[in-house]
Amino acid sequence: MSELLHFWLTHRAELARLLEQHIVLVVISTGMAALLGIPAGILAFRRPRLGRPLLFAANVAQTIPSLALFGFLLPLPFIGGIGPRTALVTPTLYALLPIVRTTVGGLQSLDRSVVDAGVAMGMTSSQLLFMVELPLALPSIVAGLRVAAVIGVGTATIAAAIGAGGLGEYIFRGLSMVDSTTILAGALPAAALALVVDGGLAWLEHRLRSRRGSTFRGPALGAVAGLALVAFAAWWMSPGSGTSVVVGSKNFTEQVVLGELLAQAIEAEGLPVVRKLNLGGTFICDRALRSGDIDLYVEYTGTAVTAVFNQNVPHDPRQAFEQARELYARGGVTALEPLGFNNTFAILVRTRDARRLGLRSIDDVRAVAGTWTPGFGYEFLQRADGYPGLVEAYGLTFGGAPRAMDLSLTYKALGDGQVDLIAGDATSALIDALDLTALDDTRRYFPPYDAAPVVRTSALLRHPEIGRALGRLTGRVTGRDMRAMNRAVDLDRRGPGEVAREFLARLD
Amino acid sequence: MSPSAVVQFEAAGFAYPNRPPLLDGLNLSVEPGEIVVFVGRSGAGKSTILKLVNRLILPASGAVRVEGRDTREWDGIRLRRRIGYVLQDVGLFPHMTVEENIGLVPRLERWRADRTSARTRELLDLIGLPPGVFASRWPSELSGGQRQRVGVARALAVDPPILLMDEPFGALDPVTRLELRREFLRIQRQLGTTVILVTHDMSEAFALARRIGVLDAGQLVVCDSPEAVARSRDPRVTMLLDTLGPARSNGGS
Repeated sequence: MSELLHFWLTHRAELARLLEQHIVLVVISTGMAALLGIPAGILAFRRPRLGRPLLFAANVAQTIPSLALFGFLLPLPFIGGIGPRTALVTPTLYALLPIVRTTVGGLQSLDRSVVDAGVAMGMTSSQLLFMVELPLALPSIVAGLRVAAVIGVGTATIAAAIGAGGLGEYIFRGLSMVDSTTILAGALPAAALALVVDGGLAWLEHRLRSRRGSTFRGPALGAVAGLALVAFAAWWMSPGSGTSVVVGSKNFTEQVVLGELLAQAIEAEGLPVVRKLNLGGTFICDRALRSGDIDLYVEYTGTAVTAVFNQNVPHDPRQAFEQARELYARGGVTALEPLGFNNTFAILVRTRDARRLGLRSIDDVRAVAGTWTPGFGYEFLQRADGYPGLVEAYGLTFGGAPRAMDLSLTYKALGDGQVDLIAGDATSALIDALDLTALDDTRRYFPPYDAAPVVRTSALLRHPEIGRALGRLTGRVTGRDMRAMNRAVDLDRRGPGEVAREFLARLD
Repeated sequence: MSPSAVVQFEAAGFAYPNRPPLLDGLNLSVEPGEIVVFVGRSGAGKSTILKLVNRLILPASGAVRVEGRDTREWDGIRLRRRIGYVLQDVGLFPHMTVEENIGLVPRLERWRADRTSARTRELLDLIGLPPGVFASRWPSELSGGQRQRVGVARALAVDPPILLMDEPFGALDPVTRLELRREFLRIQRQLGTTVILVTHDMSEAFALARRIGVLDAGQLVVCDSPEAVARSRDPRVTMLLDTLGPARSNGGS
């Protein structure tokens, strides 16, 4: 708990920003849903033949898992793409159903005699709607808004997956680091926000039910919807396109730190930068780069060749880079020279074992493997280019059957002595923290994963400063540097921006 | 057919397709200032008559004329604003105050606010609810009798020449009902409004009507003065008269 408080205290500016983004997401998406849903509900009530398919469509939208919905929307023009727009569409779709339902329900359950009285007094159908039906159905509609807003608080956390910010950023960051403190740092405020929203709208609903005045309701509802629309329009226009450079990153610590590194280096050249860090996986970053949603991010040569271009990676690092550069160039993207470190798989052992047994490379393991038990992540254990290939390439025969566990847990298992060798991440913060040693891959079994900035060529031509800024970093970020920065963020819980700033200061 | 009739039914009939008629060949003229009460059991065709007058439905056969003009030629909205309507369960708008309820049709007719307000106060006085006390009350703060009075006031707001009433005093306790009937007759005489009222309660008819129309299965069995109706030997009429209890059916004539 004190850790959590400490986290919030040290991140209070960021927390406030994320909370604000979250609230804006919820208000706008619920407002949009109200603008669409209330008229749809009225239509469904007045014209059941049109209304039934409408309700059906809203029902269907509700059943699509939210991440899948994001996936569908990403490639679409106008409403799709990376960032707030797509992040808004999804909660809006989810909020539609409760609003349409309660609007229809509220209108259907009105006292017949009251409606009959309105008709008999010579109200036109729109007078009946605005003077009688809607004011009386308003408490039900607000009840629907309440459900929609609470759902919205939940769905908006997923918006972080596509770089729209919000409290979900902490949740995703925490998940990728398997750090419950960071997860809670986002999840608890989100839960509290849900309770506050629920309580506030429950109060409003209660007020409306007990109050019988007709005067303020219509205008107030209109004002709220109007405000949401204006805010939305403002937001829609704003995303800092124009002259600023947009830096992206994937959703794990190292990538966020690298994103900051690029961003600050470019800012040092006097160019304004928009950060869209924590975007998601490789696929999302690549899509964002090609669609122009971001101008640059850091990719790894091995990942680029296999995951982006579906080709085999040469095991020579230089060849791998050249191949990636060639493939990127065809798509209008320039791969700049690597930063200097290789984020490949690393075969890790305890430093004390390495010293005692004189282990330097994976070849040296052959002599001791008979008494050792290795531990691996599930994927590494399964993939042909993982464990099976490794033992074949190096002629290893382990005494104990390999233990399978979540990749993130293998470090701890090695440190605790439960296993004797793991395949980890060459830049993991835990290597130094748990006093582990990486053995040399002398046979180049693992493909190279050299980190290199990939930049839209058009952005590079428009802003030659980018090339200059990133030239400063070429070959300057070693594996040791990257491990230290990952450690500062993951274990010491320092801000990625601050860690990057310190590194840049030392560079000169 | 009377040229002065306010409402005139000319062989008016109504039926939904492939169903027995709800109303069959009704001929009747309602004269200015008259109170005509239609009595009958549920489904006898009472509410069909009211809906035909304010053009919620159009006759399937024959014609209904209001102020000499066929309802087919009337604009429904315009027509309804000239016809007051009092419902059994009142149907006051729960989200409007007494004053706003009464002033609704004037507002729809775009009266100026001060005129609406003056008219509302005048009507509240007329129905015996002091404006100072009742104007800003909500319907939920009124007794059943007060609500029904407000319903009558609302129906009279633009001084309509015709008033339609659907079981207006049905849901009240006997004492309040008597009181309201008496006051209603006073007001009606004062304003000279033409009233068509429907009810299943024969005693209501005898208390209010100048003419009673007895309906059975969509047919008008008789339409005459209360005295004449009381003497009728038609079983469809005597069945209703029997509901009045021994005092009335024995000593009626």
